[in-house]
Amino acid sequence: MPVIEATSLTKQYPRVVALDSLDLSIGDGVTGLVGANGAGKSTLIKILLGLVPATSGSAAVLGYDVGSQGAQIRAGVGYMPEHDCLPADVSASDFVVHMAQMSGLPHTAARERAADVLRHVGLAEERYRVMGGYSTGMKQRAKLAQALVHDPRLVLLDEPTNGLDPAARDDMLELVRKIGHDFGISVLVTSHLLGELERISDHVVVLDAGRMLRASATAEFTQSTGLLLVEVAGGRADQDRMGQALVDAGLAARPHGDMIEVDATDPSVHDVIRDVACDLGFGLVRMQQHHRRIEDVFREGEAGRVQPA
Amino acid sequence: MSNPPETVGAGGVIHDIGYRPYAGPRLGEGPVALSLFLTGLRNCYGLGRSGRSKVLPLLLLVLMVLPALILVAVMVQTHASEQLLPYPRYPMVTQVLVLVFVAAQAPALISRDLRFRTITLYLARPMRRSTYVLVRLASLTTAVFILLVAPLLLLLVGGILADLDTWGQLRAFLEAAAAVLVLAAVLAGLSGLVAAISTKRGIAVAAVIVVLLVSYTVVSALQNVAASQHATTLAQAVGLFSPFTLIDGLQHWVFGTAASTEAPPASTGMGVVFLLVTAALLAALVGAMLARYRKVVAV
Repeated sequence: MPVIEATSLTKQYPRVVALDSLDLSIGDGVTGLVGANGAGKSTLIKILLGLVPATSGSAAVLGYDVGSQGAQIRAGVGYMPEHDCLPADVSASDFVVHMAQMSGLPHTAARERAADVLRHVGLAEERYRVMGGYSTGMKQRAKLAQALVHDPRLVLLDEPTNGLDPAARDDMLELVRKIGHDFGISVLVTSHLLGELERISDHVVVLDAGRMLRASATAEFTQSTGLLLVEVAGGRADQDRMGQALVDAGLAARPHGDMIEVDATDPSVHDVIRDVACDLGFGLVRMQQHHRRIEDVFREGEAGRVQPA
Repeated sequence: MSNPPETVGAGGVIHDIGYRPYAGPRLGEGPVALSLFLTGLRNCYGLGRSGRSKVLPLLLLVLMVLPALILVAVMVQTHASEQLLPYPRYPMVTQVLVLVFVAAQAPALISRDLRFRTITLYLARPMRRSTYVLVRLASLTTAVFILLVAPLLLLLVGGILADLDTWGQLRAFLEAAAAVLVLAAVLAGLSGLVAAISTKRGIAVAAVIVVLLVSYTVVSALQNVAASQHATTLAQAVGLFSPFTLIDGLQHWVFGTAASTEAPPASTGMGVVFLLVTAALLAALVGAMLARYRKVVAV
């Protein structure tokens, strides 16, 4: 059974169509929801939580109808909003315990779960300090902790990497990956950055102006292209000489940035490249499979408004 | 998940046992609401919040109880035959403290969730929106009630220790406690509504003080003027326009206790008007509060 299913879901605001007959089916694991700001990601989440009614169409989360069974959905779903939502004068520890109780956990269980979850998101001693003094990274962790504390079956994470520096961003992405793959909780994570989702998602759904542009497994986006990337030690001139030599040796080669892209039609191509480099006296720095990245797929003209990483 | 164990110095090793799912009970809306109520009540006195948040409410509670303590001490020393300050007059005498308490704590409890947008997290949980609103009002009402009833309780204990008529004291206390419960509900409803509308803390504090203090000052001034002109009905009716004089008048009419105002309701008709206005005010405040939160857009 899909975790999230939507059928011609439409949300019409007075002056804008936020969702335009969206059909969607999302399963277990980590699903990335990509779209530019205003593509309808947050509206979709509001509808999925049963907080905002859809104009038409239907949707089900964990098998519950969003229109009539919102409370059941919210009992089984964790939600991390994009914006700030933490009171400044409470400690993360107290707050997460409180939020666990708001999801119906008894006090003792709430304390245990809160301690566990805060450890998983990586809030150590600072959990006992009031959250007003937290850095953005710590706030994001506390927000994530409250979304996980009641052991939901699905978490909706709205832009969890927003405002984080590169190191904190990597940590957060690793956490999201762990939630989906190790904790066994389904994840729907939104971002306007494609590169992030490529690393952690099993599936990617692309929204553009309230419509679904594309939905497929991340593997399909990033499948092997049958190309090799080759790089030799030296400057641009050396790369060019190497490239020319490869063409002379009968391979289809072309420049790719500062590297050379070679069609790898059969395994002997590797040997040919090695021999050519050897003959020219070049040190071979790199010879690797060239995977496409999600953003390459979109650069092919599918989603002009999605911002690449 | 099996992360390598983290070494923590001399021989001690913490094993990361990984994520553990929760299989225990999940309580329904009743226990959840009770938990929210208790947390809200604690928060009103700064408990479970930063150290600084505790100073004002606890100081006010001490200041509120202090006069009662002194009155009891004097009463016991002088072997007085009755309470030096009747129970029903205590809230009126200490009204500035009560006013500062609701002005400071209503925004702390109610504006806070809106300002920090924590309301989103509550709405993303199973509890209904209306339950959240009613529970918040109940917490605030109870917090104000505790502030108002604590000194009365002290007076009661003092009165019994001073060998005053126990049943008479108990009865007077219960009447006054019932009156301050209604007063607490009205004050909580008013300040809660103001705090829910103006989510900037400073503005909410100022607005609550203006609404309560100005209304009382204007009402008592007008009552004095009207009474001096022998316009008794007008003087009584003016009392409807401040929560303090409204409840004072109501308890005077219902229990026949000593009034603190110039012109408490004298006739049955006026008493009924006081009762109806109180009931309508409470209903309107709760209704307005629910309407306000219906407009709060989640997420």
